[in-house]
Amino acid sequence: MSKTIGLSGDEAAAYAAKQSKVDVVAAYPITPQTIIVERFSEYVANGEVETEFICVESEHSAMSACIGASLTGARVFTATCSQGLALMHEMLYIASGLRCPIVMAVTNRALSAPINIHCDHSDMMGSRDCGWIQVFCENIQEVYDWIIQAFKLSEDLNVLLPTAVNFDGFTISHSMEDVKVLKDEEIEKFLSIRKVKYKLDPNEPMTFGALTLPDYYFEVKRQQEEAMRRAYEKYISVVKEYEKLSGRSYNYLHEFMLDDAETVIVCLGSTAGLVRQVAKKLRNEGKKVGVLKPWLFRPFPSKEVFKALENVKSLAVLDRTLSFGAPLGPLCSDVVATLFNEEKAIPVVNIVYGLGGREVTPGEIEEVFNLGLKAAKTGEIEERIKFVGVRE
Amino acid sequence: MYALKDLPKEELFSPGHRLCAGCAQPTSVRMITKVLRGPTVIVSTTGCLEVSSSIYPHTAWRAPWVHVAFENGAAVASGIEAAFKAFKKKGAIDEKVDVIAICGDGGTYDIGIQAISGALERGDDFVYICHDNEAYMNTGIQRSGATPKGAATTTSPAGTKIPGKPEWKKDFIGICIAHGIEYAATATPAYWGDYLMKVRKAIEVDGPAVINVLTPCPLGWRHEPKDSIKIARLAVLTRYFPIYEYEKGKYKLNIKVPKPLPVEEFLKAQGRFRHLFKPEFKKDLEEIKHYVEEKWNRILRLCSET
Repeated sequence: MSKTIGLSGDEAAAYAAKQSKVDVVAAYPITPQTIIVERFSEYVANGEVETEFICVESEHSAMSACIGASLTGARVFTATCSQGLALMHEMLYIASGLRCPIVMAVTNRALSAPINIHCDHSDMMGSRDCGWIQVFCENIQEVYDWIIQAFKLSEDLNVLLPTAVNFDGFTISHSMEDVKVLKDEEIEKFLSIRKVKYKLDPNEPMTFGALTLPDYYFEVKRQQEEAMRRAYEKYISVVKEYEKLSGRSYNYLHEFMLDDAETVIVCLGSTAGLVRQVAKKLRNEGKKVGVLKPWLFRPFPSKEVFKALENVKSLAVLDRTLSFGAPLGPLCSDVVATLFNEEKAIPVVNIVYGLGGREVTPGEIEEVFNLGLKAAKTGEIEERIKFVGVRE
Repeated sequence: MYALKDLPKEELFSPGHRLCAGCAQPTSVRMITKVLRGPTVIVSTTGCLEVSSSIYPHTAWRAPWVHVAFENGAAVASGIEAAFKAFKKKGAIDEKVDVIAICGDGGTYDIGIQAISGALERGDDFVYICHDNEAYMNTGIQRSGATPKGAATTTSPAGTKIPGKPEWKKDFIGICIAHGIEYAATATPAYWGDYLMKVRKAIEVDGPAVINVLTPCPLGWRHEPKDSIKIARLAVLTRYFPIYEYEKGKYKLNIKVPKPLPVEEFLKAQGRFRHLFKPEFKKDLEEIKHYVEEKWNRILRLCSET
């Protein structure tokens, strides 16, 4: 039995971490993540958690402390975004390389310069290759559900990789929503306490973080990639188990009206809701459009993406980041590589949108769909990368 | 004070590590591990000690040991300490586990000082020991905030115009004390009884404690490997490196040096200061001697020894 409470995205993240009975939180405030650390501080101050909360002096130290705690065997949570994630960048690679199953909420926010506090995905995409499992949430319920599922996935002994739970800054972090929350004991049963095979233990001394030279480094990194593959497999059993508990069903992808779609928009995060709304309108007008939203971005669910897009004639892939000088943005690159590997050649337009919190309108999305429909007919696109919503 | 016969025979830092002959660091580590209170986790930052003690698949550590990065020894220690605290709160463990960070001067005086400052301000319960060999030795002898004025390093070379590092050494222990911590001290393996006593005292402190340990580096200081301890002793006997401690608001001079040897005795023993004895740099040598005297007098005043 679940109950429904009103929570903002940030509050939902803090609430889920609290219910996950995390041992250690080390975090540093940054807009729009601040409410997460504020709420958690209140839990600590009111004795609602047994968590050790380290109010560190920087994000770099936040992740450093998280790594130390995680290697000691603790369940660890943190949160950041934007400049904070960038400052952590070095530590992100170490967290995954030392196989620390840390869970981190990332309230996606643009990177400076110019400084901006609003949403885009340049922060996470800037650390795309850091070896973390990466999920993107569309709404506040998903934030709550994913924080809990992330612990289950990360801490699996065959996975042992950290997870970044991404949700759009302000759009999700600061909106209020009715969130169905589980009972503490339900989550306790779902997660149990963290099982640890290797840890900093005075009874069984081990060396962590050894210097690893050309004779072994490559193998260590290869094993890390194997863990990513295992995470990909484990993922589905985690969401199925969670579905039994919560009644909410997740998968690699959220598919919307794909069956006979001629053109599809692929996008991450909160934008998907708007895109679906526009798709519904166009469907009523008889236009065959669909929407594909990956929940899981790393490891990238190529197999499922191809299956979902097998019959479409054109695609528009939305990147809320700019990969300067690159042929395509990060999400579009992955989708195009997936299609190429399956020898499926269709017109794909990469839409760059919403940087620094720029609103994207239903009209703009409709234009993108129309562009896709045109490309589906002609088999051609005019420009590979199109900027939507910017003054040229 | 410890007597040799009281110390455990067990070595937690084993032979076979790749530190240079004459390096004072393994000596220091062995001393630290002789006076542990109980279960202990050791953290090291990137540096000579880390690269030489942990080349995969080998390790010199018989204690639980972790290296994460260069600038975060204190933050990693905080995380470990927090985890053990949480386990104890939840009843998962009974014993107190001590956390000791052993880090170099580059990772301490320079790139790691923010993380140290944060951990000291928070009052996290761990011991921070800085192996101070007064430069970035691991990367090939570059100057750090711990490098003394006049020392030649590869980034503060003894040129024809500029005789080594132009700036004075940072007062790291002073910075730590300014955080309001309970215990801070200087030490050197040359005075092992004093050093062991300080390590144990630091462990017993309920909160952060810091020790800055002068650890000669034959390669960077340019002296014979056999002379490391001798040079560490000269640093003390010339008053170049005062051995003192700060405990609950009180300073104490642990090694009194009533009849100091000339500072030149310490400087002359090392290649890194050789240029200071050229006639054109006489003024610089005098400045350094004056600085050593001033610093000594300042420490004496703090210790109420005047």
